[in-house]
Amino acid sequence: MEVGQMQRQWMGYMKSLFMEGFLDGQFLQLQQLQDENNPEFVVEVVSLFFEDSERILKDLSFAVDQQSVDFKKIDAHVHQFKGSSASIGAQRVKNACIAFRNFCEEQNIDACRSCLQQVKQEYIHVKNKLETLLRLEQQIVAAGGSIPMMEWN
Amino acid sequence: MGLAAESQFHVLAVDDSIIDRKLIERLLKTSSYQVTTVDSGSKALEFLGLCENDETNPNTPSVFPNNHQEVEVNLVITDYCMPGMTGYDLLKKIKESSSLKNIPVVIMSSENVPSRINRCLEEGAEEFFLKPVRLSDLSRLKPHMKKTKLKHQKQETEQKFENSEIIQNDQKQTPKSQIQHSETESQSQTQLQAHSTIDQQQQSLQQGNNNKRKNMEQGLSSDTDRTRPRYSGIATVV
Repeated sequence: MEVGQMQRQWMGYMKSLFMEGFLDGQFLQLQQLQDENNPEFVVEVVSLFFEDSERILKDLSFAVDQQSVDFKKIDAHVHQFKGSSASIGAQRVKNACIAFRNFCEEQNIDACRSCLQQVKQEYIHVKNKLETLLRLEQQIVAAGGSIPMMEWN
Repeated sequence: MGLAAESQFHVLAVDDSIIDRKLIERLLKTSSYQVTTVDSGSKALEFLGLCENDETNPNTPSVFPNNHQEVEVNLVITDYCMPGMTGYDLLKKIKESSSLKNIPVVIMSSENVPSRINRCLEEGAEEFFLKPVRLSDLSRLKPHMKKTKLKHQKQETEQKFENSEIIQNDQKQTPKSQIQHSETESQSQTQLQAHSTIDQQQQSLQQGNNNKRKNMEQGLSSDTDRTRPRYSGIATVV
């Protein structure tokens, strides 16, 4: 595939991620912070997000399965997840976390369990999307191209 | 110490989230600051040379004499919500310490809680940033660091003159032309002038703060609303 075609593909994909709400403006902030001195910045932050998310999801799964549920603890984990997803612009994960926290406050364990499933789903979704996006970027760079300018109005 | 050392401003960033540390470090470095990151309030105090045990044992000096001054920190930016010592606790410790209280502190939080924001500002925080922090927020840091550098210089000058208060009071009323004959005095005058400009800036910043608080209270209660305005500036970003 020639570079121009890959770039167009990247643009289309990026646009769809924004249209469908997977990513928000914060992700563009990350891209803005990447320059020739830090060409791997976005990949590094996204990898950290994956590692961190998987740890939190494990902790959460454990926490909702306890005999006596500690809602404060659950809330603290969800708060962390909300923060990290907001920091990389994973908007749908962040929104799922906001809903989750409301049920922590209500101490509704059934709702918490279903929220956890939702948060997990949204995470897996955005993880796949980000991996595809970053793979496209790698292909563009490998072919000698640069990541195109993002137009979003 | 000259004002030319602007690019040498050193910021200590405190956040328990590794992602946010990475992010704030990059943001600050992009803005040409020197950055040190730590993951907790107690590590921040350690870095600043403040002994944590000074509450339990009032006889120990609050500052390790050797540790302090080794690395000058011009500003501390800290997350609010951290396990153990919160950003608010850290702010209080810094402001209670005679050796550290002049260091400007900025609090970051993902939660837009007006009472929390007010409490931090009342306790002496210079700014309150909503997370995720953006590049445009960081332009608000520099005036605080300049202000502190001037304070620092002013204090040094005051130590030089034993009757500093009298001299300063005189200077405030002395027309500029009359004090040109003394080099040291005219230097202080320049500093005083600079300082009053900073005071004005501070006032407008204060107003800015109030407006900001108002905005937060009025419009930003929902998280989803907050991301919307950001799209407006996106066209030229990547």
